Amino acid sequence: MRLTVDGQEREVTPRAGQVLRTLLREAGVTSVKKGCDAGDCGACTVLLDGDPVHSCLVPAHRAEGREVVTAAGLGSPDDPHPVQEAFLAAGGYQCGFCTAGYVVTASALDDAQREDLPRALKGNLCRCTGYRAIRDAIEGVASTEAGALPGRSARPPAGARVVTGREEYTLDGPPPGAGAGPEPGEPRSTGGLLHLAVVTSPHAHARIRAIDARAALGMPGVVAVLTHADAPDTLYSTGRHEHRTDDPADTRMLDDVVRFRGQRVAAVVAESVAAAERARDAVVVDYEPLPAVFDVDAAREPGAPLLHADKPVANGIDGPERNVVAEWHAERGDVAAAEAAADAVVAGTWTTARVSHAALETHATRGWLDAEGRLVLRTSSQVPYLVRDELALLFDRDPATVRVFTARVGGGFGGKQELLTEDLVALAVLRTGRPVQWEFTREEEFRRAPLRHPMRVRVRASGTRAGVLTSLAVEQVMDTGAYGNHGRGVMYHSVHESVAAYRCDNVRVDACSVYTNNPPSGAFRGYGLGQVIFAIESAIDELARELGVDPVAFRRRNVIVPGDPVRVAELEPPSDIAYEGAHGAGQCLDLVEARLEATAGEDAVAAERLPEGWRVGEGVALAMIATIPPRGHRATARVRALDPSDPDDAGAPLYEVEVGTAEFGNGSTTVHAQLAAAALGTTPERIRIRQSDTGLGGYDTGAYGSTGTVVAGTAVHRAATRLAEQLAAGGAREAEADHDGLRRTVAFNVHGVRVAVDPASGEVRVLRSVQAADAGTVLNPEQLRGQVEGGAAQAFGSALTEEVVVRDGAVVNAAFRDYRLPKFGDLPDTEVLFADTSSGLGPLGAKSMSEAPYNPVAPALANAIRDAIGLRPTALPMRRDRIWRLANGIPEPPGVH
Amino acid sequence: MDLIEVGSVRVARTRDDLALGPGEHLLAGGTWLYSEPQRGVTGLVDLTGLGWDPVESLPGGGLRLAATCPIARLHELPAPPSAAALARECADALLMSWKIQAVATVGGNVCMALPAGAMTAFATALDGEAVIWRPDGGERREPVADLVRGPRTTTLRRGEVLRAIDLTGAALGARFAVRQLSLAPRGRSAALLVGRRDADGAVALTITGSTPRPRVLRFASPPEPDALAEAVADAGPWYDDVHGAPDWRAAMTARLAEQLRAELAGESGTTAGPSGAGDVPDAPGSSGADS
Repeated sequence: MRLTVDGQEREVTPRAGQVLRTLLREAGVTSVKKGCDAGDCGACTVLLDGDPVHSCLVPAHRAEGREVVTAAGLGSPDDPHPVQEAFLAAGGYQCGFCTAGYVVTASALDDAQREDLPRALKGNLCRCTGYRAIRDAIEGVASTEAGALPGRSARPPAGARVVTGREEYTLDGPPPGAGAGPEPGEPRSTGGLLHLAVVTSPHAHARIRAIDARAALGMPGVVAVLTHADAPDTLYSTGRHEHRTDDPADTRMLDDVVRFRGQRVAAVVAESVAAAERARDAVVVDYEPLPAVFDVDAAREPGAPLLHADKPVANGIDGPERNVVAEWHAERGDVAAAEAAADAVVAGTWTTARVSHAALETHATRGWLDAEGRLVLRTSSQVPYLVRDELALLFDRDPATVRVFTARVGGGFGGKQELLTEDLVALAVLRTGRPVQWEFTREEEFRRAPLRHPMRVRVRASGTRAGVLTSLAVEQVMDTGAYGNHGRGVMYHSVHESVAAYRCDNVRVDACSVYTNNPPSGAFRGYGLGQVIFAIESAIDELARELGVDPVAFRRRNVIVPGDPVRVAELEPPSDIAYEGAHGAGQCLDLVEARLEATAGEDAVAAERLPEGWRVGEGVALAMIATIPPRGHRATARVRALDPSDPDDAGAPLYEVEVGTAEFGNGSTTVHAQLAAAALGTTPERIRIRQSDTGLGGYDTGAYGSTGTVVAGTAVHRAATRLAEQLAAGGAREAEADHDGLRRTVAFNVHGVRVAVDPASGEVRVLRSVQAADAGTVLNPEQLRGQVEGGAAQAFGSALTEEVVVRDGAVVNAAFRDYRLPKFGDLPDTEVLFADTSSGLGPLGAKSMSEAPYNPVAPALANAIRDAIGLRPTALPMRRDRIWRLANGIPEPPGVH
Repeated sequence: MDLIEVGSVRVARTRDDLALGPGEHLLAGGTWLYSEPQRGVTGLVDLTGLGWDPVESLPGGGLRLAATCPIARLHELPAPPSAAALARECADALLMSWKIQAVATVGGNVCMALPAGAMTAFATALDGEAVIWRPDGGERREPVADLVRGPRTTTLRRGEVLRAIDLTGAALGARFAVRQLSLAPRGRSAALLVGRRDADGAVALTITGSTPRPRVLRFASPPEPDALAEAVADAGPWYDDVHGAPDWRAAMTARLAEQLRAELAGESGTTAGPSGAGDVPDAPGSSGADS
């Protein structure tokens, strides 16, 4: 059939049952994205004869003879559509994966729809921005500028391509083999791209007796079926860190024991996605079901089913005979004595839920062999170098024979600090010799990609009427699920800065990370801090109330000040981390307190218009975070002067930066261009950045731990500064520098909210939201504002609505429509205030600020609800039904979703 | 998403084309069908090729909504003001955006038979009658309230086709009020209630979302609060899924029902409803009935 796509007539042959989205993408129209493939997210929106439609739901046969316009057809970087120009000017995107669908939708709105944007845009999900910047774009507010140096709001280098659907993400661009090749980077293997789909376990715990793949292998298009018999024996962790021993070696690529429902059992490799998916049902697996355990307490009882008892402690598992991945018990001072002497002691138990990262781009990898026989993987990863190193180890290859790179990554939030798709693609490429691709479905994201660790946190805190915090005891138990990826690091981190934020002479910590037969948990923005800070900041608030002290004043009195040791229960303060420079914590508290005071009158007027029965309250919470993960985070950068063929071409790059860290909407690349430009006396537009490709050489631990600016940015700034010196001296036209990230400082965030609560329904409405951030020197104010807003938005989601519900080890709600991701209009605007601080450890005085804004939001909300109704919510999400029960004295029924 | 087992798509041009072969299923808007893997669906028969008029007038001021009528058409229904407003509010009570409303169909939403199916609520509140083509060439009619038996369950037998939903002029002339609540500001309905007051004073309360299937409570004259509360309390069992726990759904249903009663009785001060605070500036989280 014929159709017109972006002005070009095309002859295509749709398959029965195919949708327009895949038809377009297979035709090379990659300006159409896949966020959910179910009509929920809007990333695939195109105009069909002028009307916006979700192309993943349009039967391909209905497009016959019709005109399709994608984001790329609306405009181009040189000639953008007004809506695209507005998104660029407002910075209305971060990772940009949803942007193609957003600009197409926005281009089709009439005036009436623009008057009701929450209705007009409820079919377009964005996980990064918190939507304020998108609203600005549609309303024509401009806040970014071209050519801006550090301290001003430069645009992302990729911006014009992102808003016009040109920027390549992981699976965009022609598949390997489409080029003339082979040349470096091109596949030497013959045959088209193969696709991979996995057979998964229906059991929460089972031993595999046998796998019979004969029928599947006989099906059309099937090239291979890979099972545990084909997989390397080496145990590893999907969680990736600078030190591979940070995570327990408890995972086999394909195992003969499965430990959670949905775990991969076998990989079918076939000529098409459909052929692979059809064949997986024909793979016959004979399971011997084993007893399973889903509860962190039951898992530690004697006689409980053991998940990893076959592995030694040396693999990084503290108690394989008790399902304990890691535990830490320590006390400094004497908590019991402090409590006995205190004027008040508060105690409580707080719980948090599983949350999905919901990055709009799902995990995906495309792999092939290049002309030199190197294994090449193009993947959606925050950690390409760590993936390379682990794959080299697993497949017993020299790391030089493995190249891992990323294009722009469509959102991460910690979910792509994992080895989830690269390993099986590598196995399939090496086995078949052909290019292979594996793209997670949205359902797989919910069922198989790690989720935020659910925690149960007991806190006891005591103090004196003088307003002194005299003891703090935290007992944290977390469900790491069937595998321990990040199960150690998250545990230690969760009770570190959360506890260390306060000067307190008597501290006790008991933390335990427990295996269960639930889906694995993993790294997620804040890395465990958000969960524990929810508990501690709630307890601090309650203690201040008990003592009759204003909760903000209580924090000001007890938060650490510059020069204080940053420690939990260690008697000897650690030497690698220090609170230096100005008192960012104090400034943040002051800023939020002042802003809440200044808006009290305005909000009171608004509150008067609430229906009868609504109650208003105010809450504040504080969060501290280390600016770099512990024990080293390395980055190298190389900067070279170019020789433009036409020196008068103002658009030609003058310098090229090579840096390893990945861009997934965090904005690191923008800042790198600004830093290099500043050092070299030019503008960011004249800097070309090549990044996140192990083939470039160099090294980068990865884009996690909020290190894009403070570690990679430091390396870039040093290298650019060095090059400028060399050039001035007539020396070499290329310079390198690195940074080891060993010395760290801390940064603070304080969040304040004013809420209205309806006890009759449990509805919580946020009347005011403000966050102060101690980010050091602000290198790009609008981008930083976006990071804070986006972090707060994710936190509002997990505080109020989001939860991945797991019952008997099975995910119940594996789709956006059942998950309650915040939509446009669901979220309050968060006003962002910056403390006036500077750090000697970051480039030009910057601190990191990308995970931290998440952390103080949930407790600020809980404290405000407590203030409003006199009762304290203790479970996340603080759903309407829970608040309704709390307000009305109704017990929580067991087994509620 | 691609339906990987589908090997054929037939676009129906005549009623004869609707005879289904093994593995064949009917396709209307496709917005649900293509949103999940469909195991065992090997062929599709596209109803939209039949070219049914989305909205037709019936004698006596009634309306016939074709099963393939796009939900978006409910925003411009040629009906008396209260019924027209009801149509708009029910369309927007759905989780789907306006882009999906332009494609998704009234009949498809009813046949999905989900508790939160707002087209079921709309049709039930209007005493809508389903016109069903039988595979033998005949036709049967059944109230939508009875057609929907429970989550994903209807009385439709294989080979039967929902042709249309007929609404009478009398029903369209009634006065309506709507309340909706969900766990998120623009989330899937945990409760979607429609109150209706006829010219003769009769009141009907349609409960959907909070119950597995639509429940209609009828009163010959406007009920007193106690009588209504008693009737609502017996309307369970209450639906249980991730979009709302049964105890909360029961309580919210009672609360919203009382608001509807008061509104239809013309009592002042209660018309704002659960989302009456929508006029608070910059207040996120209006609860849906006004969104």
